[in-house]
Order: sequence, then C-alpha cells, then structure tokens
Amino acid sequence: MSTFIEKLGNLDRRVIFVLMALAVIIPLALRMNLPIPIDQGPSMDLYNMIDALPEGSRVLLSFDYDPSTMPELQPMAIALVQQLMTKDIKIVSMALWPMGVSLGNEALIAVSDSLGREEYVDWVNLGYKTGGGVLIVRLGSDIKSVFPVDYDGNSIDDMPVMQGVNKLGDLDMIISLSAGEPGIETWVMMAGDRYNLPVGGGCTAVSAPQLYPFLATGQLIGLLGGLKGAGDYETMVRVGVENPPPGIAIAGMAAQSVAHLVIMLFIIIGNIAYLSEKKRKGGAK
Amino acid sequence: MRLAIPLMITFVAGMIMILQFFVPATQPMGDSLQEWYMIVASAAIFLGAVNLIQVHTHKIRFKLKNWKYSPVTLIGFAVMIITGLVFGIEADLPFDYLFQQMVAPMAATMFSLLAFFVASAAFRAFRASNWRATLLLISAFVVMLGRVPIGSMIWNKIPLISEWIMQYPNMAGQRAVMIGAAMGMVATSLRMIFGVERSYLGGAD
Repeated sequence: MSTFIEKLGNLDRRVIFVLMALAVIIPLALRMNLPIPIDQGPSMDLYNMIDALPEGSRVLLSFDYDPSTMPELQPMAIALVQQLMTKDIKIVSMALWPMGVSLGNEALIAVSDSLGREEYVDWVNLGYKTGGGVLIVRLGSDIKSVFPVDYDGNSIDDMPVMQGVNKLGDLDMIISLSAGEPGIETWVMMAGDRYNLPVGGGCTAVSAPQLYPFLATGQLIGLLGGLKGAGDYETMVRVGVENPPPGIAIAGMAAQSVAHLVIMLFIIIGNIAYLSEKKRKGGAK
Repeated sequence: MRLAIPLMITFVAGMIMILQFFVPATQPMGDSLQEWYMIVASAAIFLGAVNLIQVHTHKIRFKLKNWKYSPVTLIGFAVMIITGLVFGIEADLPFDYLFQQMVAPMAATMFSLLAFFVASAAFRAFRASNWRATLLLISAFVVMLGRVPIGSMIWNKIPLISEWIMQYPNMAGQRAVMIGAAMGMVATSLRMIFGVERSYLGGAD
C-alpha cells in the first residue's frame, strides 16, 4: 500500500498534463453546461449600475488587455457591449494597451452588426495612445487634444457620438477591462477619484483579489473577476433575450469546474503521499 | 555637470508636478510636462523596436544560445510592420487578419499553458506541512470551488464563504500591501526629486 502511495506521490508530470488537458477538452467537446447562480456581488453591482443609466448616456469603455488574457476578458467585452448597445448607451472606446484596440474593435463590430447599431453614431473606437496614467489625466482636460482622430483616422469632431464630449467629466461612466497595469487601478486613481466618475471593470481571476479594496471603498462600483465574472455577466445579459447566442464564458465554466476539481484532486493526492512519507520517516526514527 | 543637469531636471520636473496640485499658476507647466511625457513615451516604442532588431541580429550573427528563434522573431516583426504600413490597420485588412488569426490565438495558447504548470506545481508544492499552510490550503479549496458553478452544486453556501474570504481576509492583506507600496513609492519619489536616490542615472555617483 505504502509503495502505491509513494508511486502516486512521484506521479510523472506528463500524466498530470494529460489529465488536465482531458479535464478541459471533454466538457468543451460535450458542450456541458452547468447552471450559473447569480448572487448579489460585484458582477451584479456592475450590471445594475449600467442598467440604471438612462438611454443616450455615454460610457467610456477601455480595452486594457492583450490576446494572452483574451479567453477571460473577451467574453466580458462582448457581454458588456451587448448590454450597453441594447440599452442604447453610446460607447466611446479606447485602449491603454496597444493590442487591446483590435480585440475591442472585434467585439464592438460583432455586437454592433448583430444589433444594427452604427459606428460613429452609437459607438467609436478612438484607438491606443501610450502614457497610461498621464494619458488619463490629459483626457480629463481635453479628449480631442489626445485623440484628434479615431482608430480609422477619421476626425472625431464630425462624429455624432462625440458631440458634447470634450473631457472625461462629460461621460457618465468608465469601464476598464484590464489584464494589469495600466488598467482598472489607473482609471480609479486618475479618473474616478479625480473627476468623480463611477468606474467599473473586469479583470483576470488572478488580479481580482488586488482590486477588492477599491470595491469596499466604493471607488470601484462593480467588478467582473475572471471567467466566473464573464459567465455571470453573460447569464445576466441573456435574461429575457429570445434565442440568445451561445455564451463563450458560460461554456467555459463547465471546463473550469472540472479543471478545478482535477487540480484539487492532485493536491489531495500530493498531500496523502506527503503525510504517508512523513509518517513512515517518523516510524523509522 | 553630467550629474548636476539630470538631477536639476528631475528636481524641477518633480516639483512642478507636485506643486500643480496646490498652486494653480503651475498647472499649465504641469500640463506641458504631461504632454512631453507622452511624446517621450511614444518615442520609446520606436527605440524598443530598434533594440529588438539589434538584439536579434546580434544573436544570429554570433550564433548565440537559441539564435534559431531570432529569425522567426525578425520575420514576424517585419511581416506585421509591412502589412500594417502597406494595407493599413483597420478591421478586415491583412494586418488585422494576421493579428486575429495568428497573434491572438498564439498569445492565448501561451497563457493557457499556465493551467498545466499550476496543476503540476500545486501537486508537488501545495503541502499541509503546518497549520498555516493547512489554513491556506483550505482557503484555496473554498475559493476554487466558490469560483465555479460546481461549488454551489456541492453546497450552496460555498460561493458565499468564498466571497467572504475575498472581501475580508484577502482585502485586509491587499490593503496592507497597497498602503506599504504607496508609502514606499512616495519615499522613493521624494528621494529621487531631492537627488538622494541616484540609481536611475545608471549607477553614477
């Protein structure tokens, strides 16, 4: 018995990799769907805040991530854009990360086409500029001096969506989808606190714990943390929608559930082997 | 002089940025410095690109360790620059196609590999060796279960306990770290403005 446990403790890492791959692939291949319960929490706070905005409000949506974190953040982007466009809220988007522009554009175009919204009237993508926190401070005094043209090179003066929007204070809310710095924290410090604007956001699961202090103080009005946050949001946005499109995050939650169970199982096996070895060594003494 | 001029620039720029919060007359100067910062930061992207080319051509030329990957980097770099300059960067053009179909999936794949390493590392290193490690282990289990639907299927209170861990013990720790880091940042900034900390000058004494 002890030999078996010892063998288990020295499990080849390739076995772990294969089991981990199967734990992810099988639920996705079988299109497993687990019910996602929506409780009162940071995800619902963000949903309610956007839901309370009147029609025609203007929201700045910042895509502060790159493709490496796309599996977690892109479903959030799509669900948020869906909610904003369905409610006829105008979107002024930009990015503090260079590769976030294209990812944001993809989400905006896909949802805009499906809902029949018009670029420059209902939404605009201003693009990327370097500078992080300093850039945000400049946007606070004059957006047009930082972004005279949008991502496609068109002057923002002529765009209906930008009429009356000269500085951050002219917007009703800021949402940052962030994979690190510059991101949510920068928006909270440089825009939320300075110009008294509500800031919400979405981030990767690993960075969510760092942002909880901002939730407690109300500096951050809501937060989508990792795939769970994206799954929560997809579920909320789909309520009351007839034949909603398949949710990417909802599908991923089943795979993540099984993957978490497999990791926990490995930890338990590792600990059984460790305790058994400790006991054996203790007995030998 | 080599030392005095950079120290003087740092002092003046730093003081303007602090004073602009308290003296309205210094606000325009602060705005100008912020614009300069953005111009300098943009120029740094160009320098980064030049540096990338230099590093990899050097590796190829002298056949340094892992030099075989360098041509891939340089070719990828050149292809993205050429398609961007020739066709533009708007949606549905070659640059965007390459980004969406190659860069995005490859970057996502690299990040996804973490799951395998996390599983392997957790198996080997996450041990209940003492009561503190055991507490950490239990907290990790609760949060892991609370973050997935299967957790509430096992017991509907797990997500609530997970959220409590995030909102109280986690937040207390995070706040302590944040406040400590912020104090350190203020202290380091003041040391740099007043010329006490000079390591950013590249080791000049």
